[in-house]
Amino acid sequence: MSRFAPMEDLDRKGRRTTRDLKPRYHVRMGALFAVVVLIAAACSTSSTSPSTSAAPGASATTGTSAAPGGSSGAGGAPIALKISANAVVGGKNDLTAEWITTYVIPTFQQMMAAQGENVTVTFAGSGAADEDYKTQLGLDFKTGGGADVIVGLDDIWVGEFAEANYIKPLNQVGGAAVDSWDGWSQISQAAQDDMSYNGQRFGIASGLDGRVLYFNKDVLAAAGLPADWQPKSWADIITAAQQIKTKDPGVTPLQINAGTAMGEATTAQGFLPLLVGTGVNIYDQTTQKWQGNTPQIRDVLTFYQQIYGGSGLGDPQIQLAAKGRDQSFLEFSQKKIGILLEGDYLWRSVINPKGGIDPEADRDTNVGWALIPAKTPGSGIKGQNFVSISGGGGSVLNPNTKSPKEAWALLSFMASKDAVTASVSKQVRITMRTDVNAATLTQDPLLTFVSTKVFPITAVRPGLAVYDQVSQALQLASQEVVAGKSPADAATDYQNALTKLVGADHIASGG
Amino acid sequence: MGASNAATVLSKRAAAAFVAPAFVLIAVFLIFPALWTLYLGVTDYALTGAQALHPQVVGAANYASALSDPRFLNSLWVTLLYVFGSAVVGQAVLGFILAWAFRAWRGPIRSTVEILVILAWIIPGSVVAFLWIAFLDTKEGTLNGLLGNAAIPWLFSWPLLSIIVVNIWRGTAFSMLLFGGALTTLPPSQLEAARLAGASGWQQIRDIVLPSLRGHIMTNLLLISLWTFNDFAPFLITAGGPNFATDTLPVYIFRNAFRNLQFGYGAAISTIMLLINLVIGLAYLRVLRARD
Amino acid sequence: MRAADPAGALRGERSESALVMLRLVRRVGFYVFIVFVGAFFALPMVWLVLAPFDAHPTLNTALPDFTLGNFGDVLKDPYALTSLGDSILLAVGTMLLVVVLAAPAAYALSRIRLPGRDLLLYLLLLFSSIVTGTAAMVPLFLLIFDLGLTDTHLGVVLVLAGGLVPAGIFILKDFVDSIPTSYEESARLFGASSFQILRDIVLPYARPGLAVIAVWVMVNVWGNFLIPFILLRTPSSQPAAVVIYNFYTEGGQADLRLISTFGLLYSIPVVVMYLFVNRRYGFRFYGGLKG
Repeated sequence: MSRFAPMEDLDRKGRRTTRDLKPRYHVRMGALFAVVVLIAAACSTSSTSPSTSAAPGASATTGTSAAPGGSSGAGGAPIALKISANAVVGGKNDLTAEWITTYVIPTFQQMMAAQGENVTVTFAGSGAADEDYKTQLGLDFKTGGGADVIVGLDDIWVGEFAEANYIKPLNQVGGAAVDSWDGWSQISQAAQDDMSYNGQRFGIASGLDGRVLYFNKDVLAAAGLPADWQPKSWADIITAAQQIKTKDPGVTPLQINAGTAMGEATTAQGFLPLLVGTGVNIYDQTTQKWQGNTPQIRDVLTFYQQIYGGSGLGDPQIQLAAKGRDQSFLEFSQKKIGILLEGDYLWRSVINPKGGIDPEADRDTNVGWALIPAKTPGSGIKGQNFVSISGGGGSVLNPNTKSPKEAWALLSFMASKDAVTASVSKQVRITMRTDVNAATLTQDPLLTFVSTKVFPITAVRPGLAVYDQVSQALQLASQEVVAGKSPADAATDYQNALTKLVGADHIASGG
Repeated sequence: MGASNAATVLSKRAAAAFVAPAFVLIAVFLIFPALWTLYLGVTDYALTGAQALHPQVVGAANYASALSDPRFLNSLWVTLLYVFGSAVVGQAVLGFILAWAFRAWRGPIRSTVEILVILAWIIPGSVVAFLWIAFLDTKEGTLNGLLGNAAIPWLFSWPLLSIIVVNIWRGTAFSMLLFGGALTTLPPSQLEAARLAGASGWQQIRDIVLPSLRGHIMTNLLLISLWTFNDFAPFLITAGGPNFATDTLPVYIFRNAFRNLQFGYGAAISTIMLLINLVIGLAYLRVLRARD
Repeated sequence: MRAADPAGALRGERSESALVMLRLVRRVGFYVFIVFVGAFFALPMVWLVLAPFDAHPTLNTALPDFTLGNFGDVLKDPYALTSLGDSILLAVGTMLLVVVLAAPAAYALSRIRLPGRDLLLYLLLLFSSIVTGTAAMVPLFLLIFDLGLTDTHLGVVLVLAGGLVPAGIFILKDFVDSIPTSYEESARLFGASSFQILRDIVLPYARPGLAVIAVWVMVNVWGNFLIPFILLRTPSSQPAAVVIYNFYTEGGQADLRLISTFGLLYSIPVVVMYLFVNRRYGFRFYGGLKG
């Protein structure tokens, strides 16, 4: 048997070993195992038909991803719909996933059954970073796949998805029923515009957020500032920060996001709220021009320099660290930061004593909030004294859906009063419906504040495809200032980058 | 071992049969997508936006844009330092030392150290980022704590050194494994003879081990250089900062192309990286042939 | 020790005890070095050992507020455990495919002395660096879509294997090169087929190399996020490298309790797989070939 390989059963010293048997046996077993594994892998595809994979009241189940929906047809023929969201039970956006699987799907299926329609709905959850979810959506749209109703499309993605023809105006997909839906009257114009592009509605917003200045009341009290502190100008903020620094050197007085590491959080919670306080938004819809090297941009950069340029009013290391935003949240919750500019996300999901990732036990008594002031009273956009920035995401219909009527029925159901009320039953947040907000927000003082005091004065980010890259240029400009460049130089660099993005014709500059 | 020997040992037909399955897999799942990607480099293709709908061929515009960006040159320099420091000097040397130390040593200490080295390689990249951020934290990091509550801002004052150390920590296991395997193919008789003749450990290594393992060493250096060159992990620890100090080429591509789903531009920069790695590889192979 | 002949014996004595001293110093130095290396590798991992048991872990290492609740919370995610199973499936499947394809190819390329073999393999390696990166994401997705393999583990295994086989061959070739052809020649004289030679002579002697690429492929696949993420859509088929991102908040902040706990669970199976491969096929010191 092994006469071919005499060395196999004799080792170096001429002693017999049993090595000659092992390789053959193992190679055979290995090959068999390989075949079994490969067959198992091929069979483990989820190629079950979508209509059999969900039962009413079942928790999250799965379906194929390559093709949306199932057969279309009038009442009687089974229709399968799929909802996708960047949410997963027990993980990211857990509340949304739970709402979809325990409320939306069973209730909608019952509703449809009562109308004589045989509809089954499945939920395709995922838990990924936002950019990765966007990539997945892009790939699915590109190949004509994806779910019928897509939840969690960021408002700043609407433009680029629309330009790529991945999504179409709602009334083109869902028909006339879209325009005659009664829910629109409960959704503010700002929320509707948030999911619009070129004046057409592409989706239904799922909510809007707002930004305020949070502060730890005890830290401010130690510095001699009142518990209802409300700055009226940028100078007021600086003065307060200086007082905190003098009275309590162990605390970082002020945190306003800067730098590229925090990504969009720098633009939305840092640069833009400051910019609108100088009287302009980053993009002007009427002139169709972006802010370039303008006095307003330089004002914002100068303010950053006042904070991070060595005065000790802010911590530059946080802006330059990879996990700086996490760090800033942690320090605020530990009262090591006095004042922090953030959205209601901080209140709901970060320092929330019930389930937040950096819970602050005395949040309800000790954390205060104030409106973000304009640079000087009256210098904000539209002549406002106070400003803010709002954004959110929404849900869209897949133009490739095989059952557009039913898909719209599902989407409008998810935006109905009952469904939206159910979605905030576990954790209150600001929804897109004014009727639901009026009923549910009373429990939470900050959210009431945002929806009543912040929304009227807020602004939104432009829904253009190139916004993302402009935002990155703004982040970079703020980073350069934190790293020591002069605001004038940083503004020049910014203008150069902006020119490459949008062309000189679309830039407002000067001054 | 001349061609005539080879022909008697393995017929051309058998050789073709042995290579065929690998060749088919590589042709379909490697060469085809790679060529497609190279083609994307001359277009302005993006996954979203108008360019997704109507991609245009832009010729060398992507290349010109990248090469004329001063940050690209900065990234290239940072990457070369990163590769040289962590892969060539760090992982290969430390991996070899450990493989040599472990070659005839059994026992709990050896097993523990070996498992620790392997663990560092295995732990998922996103978790490794947290580990090292916690370890190097300025105010409450473990390292600073061990140094007597020093407040050294490792990630801010020595960012490149920090990521080099992290990469050495992370990647030494592969070199250790490869050299460990390579060392088992050495005949002990030669080393025994040398030892009895009075050669020190270092002399044994220099005169016997290294020349015998030259193929393995070159393979190892080529692989870990290529992998480190394309390593995105530093982004999770320093996000390319502070202020582009650790902006390696993979981070650069991410920032300028992939984050915005600009796959055409990203493919062009990837092609430039491929060409750079080709030059590096040719340099290594030149050294190998020169010593033959 | 001994008195006797002053010049010679004294010199001999001194060099003997000096030798002993030197060896002692070297031994101590060696152990110090090993301890230092061990500490270097172990200390950063302390966080991973403490944080999962901490009710409020932070980005700093601290003594834990001890709890076992994090493990229960991680398991609330219905995909936490299934993802580990998927990771094992992908890792083992890809490993087997790569070994089965790379070994014969490495052998053939070693015996048929192609001019420029190393250069050709290196070019394939360079291509694989493109295909394993983000640049090839769209072409790979479209390719798999056209083959009808989206959302299948098979598609993921094929793509991963395609990217890893060149490096596998590249590593194995050195191991196969070092096997002298004399054994194969004598086997030929006895009438053995090429396949039998491969199986009975070459593979056993290439075992260290096979073990290296087996472990390397498994670790690589275990940590691979991108390919499974873009090719799989069903949450229950995603491997752990993807599922770990479930444990972030809506704003992108890490929930450190869950991430650290899942990270710990995630690391364990690969260590087990490594120990298994090491014990069965590992780096034992064989009788040697060229002796």
